[in-house]
Amino acid sequence: MSKRNGALAQGLAAAAAIAAIALPPQAFAEDTIELGSAISITGKYSQEGKNAKDGYDFAVKKINEKGGVKVGGKTYKIEVKYYDDESTPARTAQLLERLISQDGIKFVLGPYGSGPTKAAAPVTEKYKIPMVEAEGASRSLFSQGYKYIFAALSTSEQYLSPVVDLAAELAQKNGKSPSSIKIGMAFENDPFSLDVRSGVMDRVKHYKMKVVIDDKMPRDLSDISATLTKVKALKPDILLFSGHTKGALTATRQMSEMGVNAKIIAITHCESADLVGKFGKAAEGIMCPTQWAETLKYKDPLFGTAMDFNKAFLAAHPDYKEVPYQVAQASAAVEIWADALHRAGKLDKEAARNALAKTDLDTFYGHIKFAPDGRNLTKPMVLRQIQNGKYIVVAPTKYAADPVVYPRVAPQ
Amino acid sequence: MFDNLQILTTAPVFNLQLLLNGISIAAIFALIAYGLGLVWGVTSVKNLSQGDMVMMGGYLAYLLHNHGVHPIVAIVPVAIIMFAFGWIIYRLIIKRVIELDLFTSLLATFGLAIVIQQALNLAFGPDVRTIKSGFGNYSFFDGTVDITQIRLIAIGLCIALAIAMVLFLRFSRMGQAIRATAQDPRAARVLGVDTDTVYALTFSLNAAICGAAGVLIAMVWVIAPFYGTAYSIRAFVIVTASGLGNLPGVIFIALALGVIEQYSGFILGAQFQQATIVLLLLAILIFRQLALVRHRRALQ
Repeated sequence: MSKRNGALAQGLAAAAAIAAIALPPQAFAEDTIELGSAISITGKYSQEGKNAKDGYDFAVKKINEKGGVKVGGKTYKIEVKYYDDESTPARTAQLLERLISQDGIKFVLGPYGSGPTKAAAPVTEKYKIPMVEAEGASRSLFSQGYKYIFAALSTSEQYLSPVVDLAAELAQKNGKSPSSIKIGMAFENDPFSLDVRSGVMDRVKHYKMKVVIDDKMPRDLSDISATLTKVKALKPDILLFSGHTKGALTATRQMSEMGVNAKIIAITHCESADLVGKFGKAAEGIMCPTQWAETLKYKDPLFGTAMDFNKAFLAAHPDYKEVPYQVAQASAAVEIWADALHRAGKLDKEAARNALAKTDLDTFYGHIKFAPDGRNLTKPMVLRQIQNGKYIVVAPTKYAADPVVYPRVAPQ
Repeated sequence: MFDNLQILTTAPVFNLQLLLNGISIAAIFALIAYGLGLVWGVTSVKNLSQGDMVMMGGYLAYLLHNHGVHPIVAIVPVAIIMFAFGWIIYRLIIKRVIELDLFTSLLATFGLAIVIQQALNLAFGPDVRTIKSGFGNYSFFDGTVDITQIRLIAIGLCIALAIAMVLFLRFSRMGQAIRATAQDPRAARVLGVDTDTVYALTFSLNAAICGAAGVLIAMVWVIAPFYGTAYSIRAFVIVTASGLGNLPGVIFIALALGVIEQYSGFILGAQFQQATIVLLLLAILIFRQLALVRHRRALQ
C-alpha cells in the first residue's frame, strides 16, 4: 500500500514538475498571491495544527469568494503553500528556509505553537520576510528585537492580567479603592506561567494592590494544600493559579476539598483540564482566560460578527462540534495579510512589512494593532466564567455578553 | 515570611490544618517508601521504577473506575493485578540481575521505569487524570480546618496495611523466611529457605503495595504517565533517611517530612517545599555520619 502511495506521490511530483516547466512562473503569480506556512499536520500538535490550517483555509476561501485582494489596482486570489513540520521546531526552521529560498514565498503565515514559532522567527528575520503568526503566545518571541514577526493573538503575559483589571473595576463599582484588594497567587515555575505572572504583577503594581501570597509551584508538585492553608489564613480577595492542566485540576480539587473560596478565582487551562466535566459544581464561578469566544461583540465586513464566523465555519466543517480559538485566530491572520497587502499597494516584502506595522483593523477576532515588538496589545484576553456548567464571557465588560457573578459563591 | 509565622502563633488552629494535611500526605508516602525499603532490604535491588508502578496502579484504578468500579473497591483488584505484574517482572527481569552488581540492577529498574512510563503514555495519553472519589469532607472550627474523608480513609488504609505487613513478617512462615533471607540469604538457603520464591514474593508484595498507593493517589491528587519519578525520589529520600529495615523509622521520617513540607510551604512558599526536604535529608545524613565517626572513635 505504502509503495503504491509512494509511486503515486512520485507521479504527482513529476506531473507538478512538468506543469511548473510548462507554465512560466510569472503567469501563475499574476493572479494569485502565495502565502507559505510550515504547520503541524502530524506529530503531537497535529490536532491544533489542523485547527490552525482549517482556520487559514477557511479565511482564504472566504476572501477568494468575495473576489480576492486588490493590490495596486489589480485583484489577486490568495493561496497557501503548506509543509508539514511534524510538530518539531527544527523541522519548522528547515521548511521555512525551503519556502523562502526555494519556493520564493515572500509572505509567511506562522506555524502552530510557541516552540515552532520560536524556530521560525530567526529564519524569517534572516531573509527579511514578514510573518503573521496566530498560534505562538510566548512573551519571549517578542523580546528578541525581531522586526518581521506580527502576532494576532494575545501573548502569555496577558492571560490573567484582565482578572486584575476586572477586580479593580468591580471594586470601584462597589465604592472601594482598587488598592484595597489583596491578591493570592500560585504559579508553576515554568516559562509560560512565569510570563503569566509577570503580566499580572504589572497590573498589580499599576493599581497598587497588595500581594499576600506569591507561591511558585515546582513542576512535579501535585499538592498545594500548604498554599491553600495560607489562603484560609490571609483571605485574599483574588486567587490566581497557572500551572497547565495539572495545576488547574489540583487547584480546583483542593480548593473544594479544603473549603477555600475568594471573591474572584481565575485559573488557566480550565478547558483542557475539563474542570466542569471532572468537578461539576466545585468548578462553578471559576474564571478562565481564553483568546476568543464566539459570543463576543466583535465584527468585520468579511466574516460579520464573531457568531457569524462561528456559524459559517461550523457549516463548512461538520466535523467540528465547536470552533476552537485556534481556528479563529488563524483566520484572523489571513485577514490581516489581505488587509496589509491591499494597503501596501505592491507585492513587495518590505512594503508589506511596513503596511503590517501600520495595521489598525477591526476583525471578528478582535481589534488588531501591532506594538513595535510585533505583539497585538489591543485585543484583550477574554475571561469566561463557569456559570451553570457553561463558559460564559464576563470580561472585558464592554465585549461581554453576560454579567459576572461576583463575589464567587462557594459551591455547596 | 515572618508574617506567616506570626499567623501560626496568633491563630494556632492553622497548625492543625497543616498537621492534618502533612499526615495524610505522609501516610501515602510511607506506604510507598515501606515497599521500596522491603525490596531493598531483602533483595538489595534498589527499585527505580517504584513511582512508576505507583502510577500504573493509579491508571488501573482509573480504568476500572471508567467501568463503574468505585476506586476504594478497586484497591483489591488493582493490588492483585499489580502482585501478578510484580511476579512476572521478577521472573523476567529482577531474577536475572539480583546476583549482579548494583549498577546492573539500577539500570534494569531504570529501564523498567521508562518502559512503564511510555506504555502508560501510549495506552492513556499524556494527559493528567484524576478520579473523583465522591466522598465529602469534614469541616471544623467554622471551616478553618478541613479534611476530606478520602484522606482519612487513606490514612486508615496505610495504617492497616502497615500493621498487616508487620504481623505477616513477624508471625507467618513466609514472613520469617523473608526476614531470614534479608539477614543472610546464604544461611537461609542452607537452612532450606527457597530464597528465589522469597525474592519473587517480596517484589510482588511491593508491586501490590505500589498499586494500592497509586489508587489512593489517583483519588487524592492526580496521575500522569511521567509523574512517577517524583514518588520514586521521595520514597528513596525516606528510606535513605530512616535506614534499611526500619519500619518505625520509615513511618517517623515520612511523617516528619510530610509535616515539615507543609510548614515550609506555609511559611516560606511552595517553591521552597522540596528544597527543605532535600536539605533535611542532607542534615540527617551528616548527623548520622558524625554519630558514626564518634561511635568509631569510642570503639578505638
